[in-house]
Amino acid sequence: MKRIRLSQQEIVFAVFALLFLLFSIFLRGFLTPENMLTLLQNVSVLGILGLAMAVVVIGRGIDISLIAALAVPPGLALQMVQDGHSLPIALSTAVLLTIAFGLVNGWLIAYAEVPSLFATLATGLLLAGLGQAVLFRLDVVQWSSGMDGFERLGQGTILGIPTSIVMFAIACIVVAFLLRQTRWGAYIYAIGDNPYAARVTGIPSRPIIVLQYVVAALIGCFAGLVMAASVNSMPTRIFNSTLIYDVILVVVLGGIGLSGGRGGVLNVIIGTLVIGTMLNGMTIMDISYAGQNLIKGVVLLLAVITDSFLNPRNEETAQQGDI
Amino acid sequence: MRDTITSLRYRYWPDHLLGEILSKRWTETAIPVILLLIVGFAFSRSIDNFLSPASLADTARQAGEIGFIALGLALVVIVGGIDLSVGSIFALTDFCALYLLDVLGWPVPAVVVATLLCGALLGAVNGFLIGYLRLRAFITTLITLIIYRSAYDLLIQRYSNAIASAFPDIPSWDFIGAGSVLGIPTVALVYIVIAIFGHIFLTRLRPGWHITAIGGSRRSAYNSGIPVRRTIALCYVASGVLTSIGALFFASRLGTVGGDIGVGLEVIVLTATVLGGITLGGGKGSVAKSAVGVLIVLLITNGLTTMNARGGVNRMALAGILLVAAMVDIRWQKNRTRIISKVYVAPTYHALPPPPPTGIGQGGPFEQNDKLRNVEAIGLGRIEAPEDVILDRHDNLYAGSRHGDIMRFLAPDYEKMEVFAHIGGQPLGMAFDREDNLYVCIGGMGLYRIKPDGTVEKATDETNRSMRSVNDDSRLRLADDLDITDDGLIFFSEATVRYEMDEWPIDGLEARGNGRIICYDTRTGATRTELRGLKFPNGICVASDGQSILFAETFGCSIKRYWFAGAKKGTVEVVMDNLPGYPDNINLASDGNYWLALVGMRSPSLDLAWKMPGFRRRMGKRVPVDEWLFPNINTGCVVKFNEQGKILESFWDLHGENHPMITSMREHRGYLYLGGILNNRIGRYKLDNADPNFVQYDKRWGKQS
Repeated sequence: MKRIRLSQQEIVFAVFALLFLLFSIFLRGFLTPENMLTLLQNVSVLGILGLAMAVVVIGRGIDISLIAALAVPPGLALQMVQDGHSLPIALSTAVLLTIAFGLVNGWLIAYAEVPSLFATLATGLLLAGLGQAVLFRLDVVQWSSGMDGFERLGQGTILGIPTSIVMFAIACIVVAFLLRQTRWGAYIYAIGDNPYAARVTGIPSRPIIVLQYVVAALIGCFAGLVMAASVNSMPTRIFNSTLIYDVILVVVLGGIGLSGGRGGVLNVIIGTLVIGTMLNGMTIMDISYAGQNLIKGVVLLLAVITDSFLNPRNEETAQQGDI
Repeated sequence: MRDTITSLRYRYWPDHLLGEILSKRWTETAIPVILLLIVGFAFSRSIDNFLSPASLADTARQAGEIGFIALGLALVVIVGGIDLSVGSIFALTDFCALYLLDVLGWPVPAVVVATLLCGALLGAVNGFLIGYLRLRAFITTLITLIIYRSAYDLLIQRYSNAIASAFPDIPSWDFIGAGSVLGIPTVALVYIVIAIFGHIFLTRLRPGWHITAIGGSRRSAYNSGIPVRRTIALCYVASGVLTSIGALFFASRLGTVGGDIGVGLEVIVLTATVLGGITLGGGKGSVAKSAVGVLIVLLITNGLTTMNARGGVNRMALAGILLVAAMVDIRWQKNRTRIISKVYVAPTYHALPPPPPTGIGQGGPFEQNDKLRNVEAIGLGRIEAPEDVILDRHDNLYAGSRHGDIMRFLAPDYEKMEVFAHIGGQPLGMAFDREDNLYVCIGGMGLYRIKPDGTVEKATDETNRSMRSVNDDSRLRLADDLDITDDGLIFFSEATVRYEMDEWPIDGLEARGNGRIICYDTRTGATRTELRGLKFPNGICVASDGQSILFAETFGCSIKRYWFAGAKKGTVEVVMDNLPGYPDNINLASDGNYWLALVGMRSPSLDLAWKMPGFRRRMGKRVPVDEWLFPNINTGCVVKFNEQGKILESFWDLHGENHPMITSMREHRGYLYLGGILNNRIGRYKLDNADPNFVQYDKRWGKQS
């Protein structure tokens, strides 16, 4: 199994290299410094979201509500600053909202035993609806002077590297540390591999699952802050976009099986690079938004089919109703 | 005083109904229906014209369109999957219909057929991926949702102007969209027809059963030979077709291909499905649930729109309802049996005076002795659970067994044992009729007739349904003992209508009158219930006048007499009450009196508990079943009594070695044969001063050669 998984990583990496090479040769304007910067900046938000999704998917779940966590709490922070609150208060409110949201997700999935896809689909709608109905006045929450200085989270460079890339790198290191160096990370792998065995061994499965969704929501919120800082606003309608499918695509293409218990940060990085290159190339080729979605959808479908062959569902531990 | 209040409260308050209602299948549909009524009422009070005919017709059209999609989704959810792509399929088939009609100018029938085919094709993609490639339904249909949606977006970029500029004036097309028959919109009419067919399909036809079976347990369905993959794939095809029907009506009603058609539709339909009570994960659901769910969701969204709620509120309301409904559904499905088993046992107040003494030296007719110590054992270790024993006029001995057989021990030494007849359920009481047919009460099955050559026939397994019972009491659950009158009426007892054969001691815990006496007429074949509300009626014996029966109420600790004919017809009289034990079978004795088995003796603890229904209910809820305080059925005795209710003699096995537990006894040629439902033997006891030629058959039906 390990051999196949490694080879999948290698294949995806080879695909990335090939794609990059082809685009560099055939696409005018692909291999320019400006485009590379755009690519990396776009990709870094996607990559951070991919890390959040990876944490959940490794624990045999999925979090469709990530985009809501990306859009609403940072949007709330911006809105509060606009309304005259100080930045620290706004940020801590956003973080508290994110934690509460993660707790609700986790409780629904771990304690109420609602399937994760289903629960997060609904909570995502709930949070987005909350933002739309109560929190925001406009669909795009504008930057205000109170936020000055905060834009450095997404703009400029640190040691010559674009900041958003640095943020992605920091997120990677943190998540890699959590997953590989802490007991909590080992528990996530155990739960993802076989939830019943994990439970029988005495792992506190339910609290760990809750924690998993809280962490995912926090990473999602972080991604949202980076995004808001880099574009100087929070377009909350991003919830209606297909960004979440890009995130799933990153994770699945990167080689983190949806059946859980496998993969790591490296897979997310590889997946992000492939998707980022593909999206960037398609944008340069001037493929329409709908056309891009069509291509992404087909690629995702192929990835899921391949995934189901490489990591077949374990019929013994797949629950009834695990749809 | 307190006892009186308790007794009144338990006599008139129907505690037992809660468990019975909850264990009904229809409660799961009843909850959404009640919700629908509440929602409808609330909105009709707060919004003017909410229930006006025009508004209702509009709701009906929308409900019809969404209803078709919900039907498709219901099918997919019942088979154990989910289809999120319905919104995009809806948009694509809507486009397909309008493109063919407006741009290509096809005739309406061709448009209809082509649109349905288009829906089938789009569904077939899902079906192939999920059914044959066994992908996860949720993620797969999420992807096809994007693919179909982007295909739709690409198509309308090119053709939306052409479609928007065309104004086809085709009466049949308009009729589909806006017509109505007898005031009912076309779409609602078609929906009703398809829904009725869908109901029949799911509940009465083989493919519908296959779908439910796969949703219930995919592997078991596969192992029983159901074509799992094909059935699942076809469900997605059906979902596509039903969605395209909805889209056809939508297209003919509005005729537009806007960018947001079908966006978020999957959430609405999913909410409707879950809210209606169709279980996520499959195996349970119905057309009615789907329809109710659609109505609730539509009322809520339309109501919110009318009240000018912002878009976000609508979204939150839907998502919130979806979550709560899913949670309730999941918790209920998981804990249903546990909840029911906790509330099903509904004890009631049952007070008995202190029992007569049975101790040695205390005197009285029940004074213990050791007469049964030297009982011979017949078939020791070879027969299990002979609840009743009976002898035919050729002296052969018959007894039931736990394995569902009637065993026969051949005279004269009763050494040779053979299977006389195999029935399959546990035989309880037995009686011979005039033609040597053996009538047997079978626990869980009913009343059966075994001919002298050993062939088994069903006499009856149902009686008239009583209107006030929630549990279906037309089927016989626990037929117990019987006797046959001279006119060929068979009176038999059904011990309880609330518990199955294996749970009968729990009925003693309830001490409610759950039992009844039923009469089966051998001449007409009719069955009717004679007496209800008896506390575990058990032994039955026709009395000497031929117009009445004596019957025992086990947990009532009494013997009563019921007149079925003659001057006192229909009356019940107490012959004996406050017995020291739980009476079981009653049979004739050679001297014109009656034998009675006491299956167990009363104990002060249960007598006290019977006066404390709350205590027993708490016990039923909090203590595991095997720790409950049950009636003692380990030791008992045989007594002889007369019709005046006087105990003449009692027989005990003091040391409990040979025959402690007795459920039945028969006198035959100077011997008493003893059966016990927990025994592995039949006892044979030599009676003093008994008629050595007494044969029950001869006594009842006259001596024959």
